[in-house]
Amino acid sequence: MEVSKLPAYLAARLVKAAIVVLAIVICNFFLIHAAPGDPASIIAGQSGAADAKFLEQLRAQFGLDQPLYVQLWLYLKGVLTLDLGFSHRQQMPVSTLLWERLPATLLLTGSAFVFALVVGVSMGALAAKRVGTWWDSIITVLALVFYATPLFWVGLMLVLLFSVALEWLPSFGMASVGVELSGFQAALDVGRHLILPGLTLGLFYVAVYARLTRATMLEVADQDFVRTARAKGVPEGRIQRRHVLRNALLPIITFAGIQAGQVIGGSILVETVFAWPGIGRLAFDALLARDYQVLMGVFFCTSVMVVIFNLLTDLLYAIVDPRVEMAG
Amino acid sequence: MRIFWRNFSRNRGAVFGMVILVGVAMLALLAPVIFPGSPWDMVGAPFMPPGEMGLLLGSDSLGRDVAAGIAHGARVSLLVGAVSTAAALLIGVTLGAVAGYFGGIVDDLVMRFTEFFQTIPSFVLAILLVAIFTPTIGSIVFAIAIVSWPPVARVVRAEFLSLRSREFVQASEVLGKSRFSIVIGDILPNTLSPIVVLSSLMVASAILLESALSFLGLGDPNLMSWGFLIGSGRSVIRLAWWMSVFPGIAIFLTVLSLNLVGEGLSDALNPRLARNRGAKP
Amino acid sequence: MTHLLEVRDLTIGLPQGADRPHAVDGISLHLDAGEILCIVGESGSGKSITANTIMGLLPRELPVLGGDILFEGERLLGLSAEALRSRRGRRMAMVFQEPMTALNPLMRVGDQIAEALAVHGRGGEARQKVPELLAAVNLPDPASIARMHPFRLSGGQRQRVMIAMALALEPALLIADEPTTALDVTTQMQILKLIREIQERRGMGVMFITHDFGVVAEIADRVAVMQYGRIVEQGPARDVLNAPQHPYTRALIAAVPHGRSTQGQAIRPAPVLEMKGVTKTYRRGGWFGAKVAVKAIHDADFVLNKGETLGLVGESGSGKSTLARCVVRLVEPEAGEILFHGEDLRPLSRQGWRPYRKRIQMVFQDPYASLNPRRKVGDAITEGPVAHGADPKEARRRAVELLELVKLDPSAIERYPHEFSGGQRQRIGLARALAMDPELLIADEPVSALDVSVQAQVLNLLAEIRQRLGLTLLFITHDLRVAAQICDRIAVMQRGAIVEQGPTASVFGAPRHGYTRALLDSIPGRSWTPPVSSELA
Repeated sequence: MEVSKLPAYLAARLVKAAIVVLAIVICNFFLIHAAPGDPASIIAGQSGAADAKFLEQLRAQFGLDQPLYVQLWLYLKGVLTLDLGFSHRQQMPVSTLLWERLPATLLLTGSAFVFALVVGVSMGALAAKRVGTWWDSIITVLALVFYATPLFWVGLMLVLLFSVALEWLPSFGMASVGVELSGFQAALDVGRHLILPGLTLGLFYVAVYARLTRATMLEVADQDFVRTARAKGVPEGRIQRRHVLRNALLPIITFAGIQAGQVIGGSILVETVFAWPGIGRLAFDALLARDYQVLMGVFFCTSVMVVIFNLLTDLLYAIVDPRVEMAG
Repeated sequence: MRIFWRNFSRNRGAVFGMVILVGVAMLALLAPVIFPGSPWDMVGAPFMPPGEMGLLLGSDSLGRDVAAGIAHGARVSLLVGAVSTAAALLIGVTLGAVAGYFGGIVDDLVMRFTEFFQTIPSFVLAILLVAIFTPTIGSIVFAIAIVSWPPVARVVRAEFLSLRSREFVQASEVLGKSRFSIVIGDILPNTLSPIVVLSSLMVASAILLESALSFLGLGDPNLMSWGFLIGSGRSVIRLAWWMSVFPGIAIFLTVLSLNLVGEGLSDALNPRLARNRGAKP
Repeated sequence: MTHLLEVRDLTIGLPQGADRPHAVDGISLHLDAGEILCIVGESGSGKSITANTIMGLLPRELPVLGGDILFEGERLLGLSAEALRSRRGRRMAMVFQEPMTALNPLMRVGDQIAEALAVHGRGGEARQKVPELLAAVNLPDPASIARMHPFRLSGGQRQRVMIAMALALEPALLIADEPTTALDVTTQMQILKLIREIQERRGMGVMFITHDFGVVAEIADRVAVMQYGRIVEQGPARDVLNAPQHPYTRALIAAVPHGRSTQGQAIRPAPVLEMKGVTKTYRRGGWFGAKVAVKAIHDADFVLNKGETLGLVGESGSGKSTLARCVVRLVEPEAGEILFHGEDLRPLSRQGWRPYRKRIQMVFQDPYASLNPRRKVGDAITEGPVAHGADPKEARRRAVELLELVKLDPSAIERYPHEFSGGQRQRIGLARALAMDPELLIADEPVSALDVSVQAQVLNLLAEIRQRLGLTLLFITHDLRVAAQICDRIAVMQRGAIVEQGPTASVFGAPRHGYTRALLDSIPGRSWTPPVSSELA
């Protein structure tokens, strides 16, 4: 679309995103109340120090003795001021816990995403270009294999191979313990720790993007405008780059937006396997401790991440595709 | 139908997938016969490598037979995959059909609702649901169904939307047929092929989802499952690799075969698209 | 003397399992600079494949089995892929049928033309040449058009852009593959004139592929007629058009709608259907952003008398199909009256409509979309009557009769639609509508998706059945020749309104509205009267 229309478009998308976030908060609220048992004990965490007096205090704090809509209002007010509750297990506000863990998760998911996109799209493009050759067969089979393998199991197998058998790479954590590193050395150390989890999370999406890219490129290659380009004497390589790939990227952008939630979900598994100190690991620990306040915080936080990412992909799509108009 | 089978059996991958799938189903069916007794029972010394003490795939930290666990786990995986897919289909087809047939404001509302469910990170929601409603096979099936219906709704809606304006449906309107018989008799049968293809892929992802949940300790505590086996092998991977390797292979083969069958179905039901998947005859 | 293009004994194979061994079977033809050669044939005759072979754009599944193609004295078939590529766009260029999909949706129109120049090493001239080219194809404000993306242009404008792109490097040969088939008549005429004019100015050789003898009459110097991959007849346009030799050519020309009305009986005014001020507006736009209202139909008035055929003609988007769909409640107009024997149908509920379903029926345009692929022909024909309470056995017996009426074998009853050709499916659609014993039949472009010879058969059948059953017919078409042939009266629609209506002879003979005149002037080959040939079987 035209650049002049972008701000209005962005505004419309922002309103939509805000509605989605609001809906998620409401969803969270009703989850607490839909659960069997006393909401107060869920807020407290079942295995927490849930004596009667403490529960009474929680009831008063969350207005649990008041009508439902008042409770919802209190809850919404809390979330809007970024008060996501208090983890009685960790004795810390949930928002603080999330903020601490966010960078690690962003690093992991971000690098896995870029890796998956670059490798997946190139593999898919190569397979489409050499369709029917052994290149195509190998890539197709590889994609099929990674598509069918559980993430956490890939992680374990990589640990078995690269950490246990070959002893090349660290198998857990984000940094080496007990050594003081500075600057570049520290970054390198984090990088070494990132390789296995990043690869684990990325491989599945490499498969996803390779399959998608191959299919859409073959589809686009059949379209009339590609024949037009050929008829005007455009060389084959340029046809693939300028006409086929550019058009094939549109569904890939859309798909990346839809997949964002999956990548973050996958990071919970990967962080669990590699003890990566991010939000996913936080969720796993909360799960073990039945710390529901934290779990709901994780749900809220990851949802917001996805909403923001979707906003970005929508914007990117609107810039790439001139046909996007102000549609609701 | 005969043409369908001919096309399907021409696809070697799909046939391979079908064979594995039948194998896994047999394993699940015959588990109580091959491995009588509970898979939770101790049958040998802990941490026995594969092959020793008559344990084909070794034993775990409590001396339980890994092979028996895999056989009994197949029952849970297939059951959860099938039931949750059926539930997701019920939700997805209904919502998609309503949105696609009525269009307008109804369509708008249903699609916003669907988009919302597609936006939120499905795995996180599944974890939350199972955790809050306590892990049982029921809550697991419920959680998987809740997070996997949106693609069905989208596909069915798109099909309904395009079929509704097709001339043969308009012809039925002009003939004065009732709405119900148009939806059931004219539109729905023509959406079957994408639904069939989609459901085989959904069973695959439901199995992956179930294994991931039980890997995190959210499986039904009374039922042996593949994800649980891998989860319990995770912390002792340096000691007993077989505990996590074999159940993983079981998941991989099952999911792979479902994907292959799905692709075979898709090719056989839409021969027009088949050539895109590779030039080999 | 060497020709610009010469094709000798060209034979192209088809993949196994096709209905014949060769797509193109030993054809020879030639084209000189400064002339237009029309290749005419019905779908599947091999005409497009011939064109693509010359351009070197043949898909790999279709191998060239023999023959030669000489272009500017060079043998094209022996050239390397790169040598062919360097000639494509520079020495020979091509324009395609579907302007809506032939341009890259993500590239500005000007950039796409500039790319043609750039890949042949003349990108430096683009800045100056692109606006020149766009002006040469009569596009207004070339500078701003060059900056637009294709989706902002109409079909006719896009086709002009395609022609501008093809002309960019001043090729000696232009191949146009049905370039006007997807366009409205008035646009078609403009594009035909444009191609003729440019060809004359530049002295190019043009190979023009078409299925329409009207277009041939409009533009061709010479004609080659193709059937099943062979050229059955070729020669100067005048000879082939006025004195066709080969039986197939004769049959094709006889099937061209001739515009001579066969009707003419007096109609007693007994209104069956009366439309008064029917209006339909479509609103678009989401919850955010501005709403757009499009008036699809406004203030449409017409009367349809018993036993009469009214033709609703107009170009795409004129609202003629929407208006027809209002009559059967597939579209619900927001204002006006739809009087059927004096009863207003518009306010009726779905239930209230049911009795009228038997009396008003419809035949649709697309033979491939108008039958449920999963329902046997017999069930398709009987389901209407059965839904209205007819005895299934009786309905089935009647279906057999109807199949005979539409000249299909009664065994069709047990078969599925995909086993039939387009023309046969249209007959099945007709039988399905007739099964309800309607008194008013609405036919929405019933022949526009069919080849000419099949078109003629279906039209004759329709005329015969109408006569026999005394049907009242509302006939929607974009083809004025067809309308002239079958309709007693004509209503011309433009942008949602009926701009002129009257008896066929007077609308065609003495059009009052400017738009009607423009439409009539755009009928391709209007100055050519097809020779009257012996009866068509």
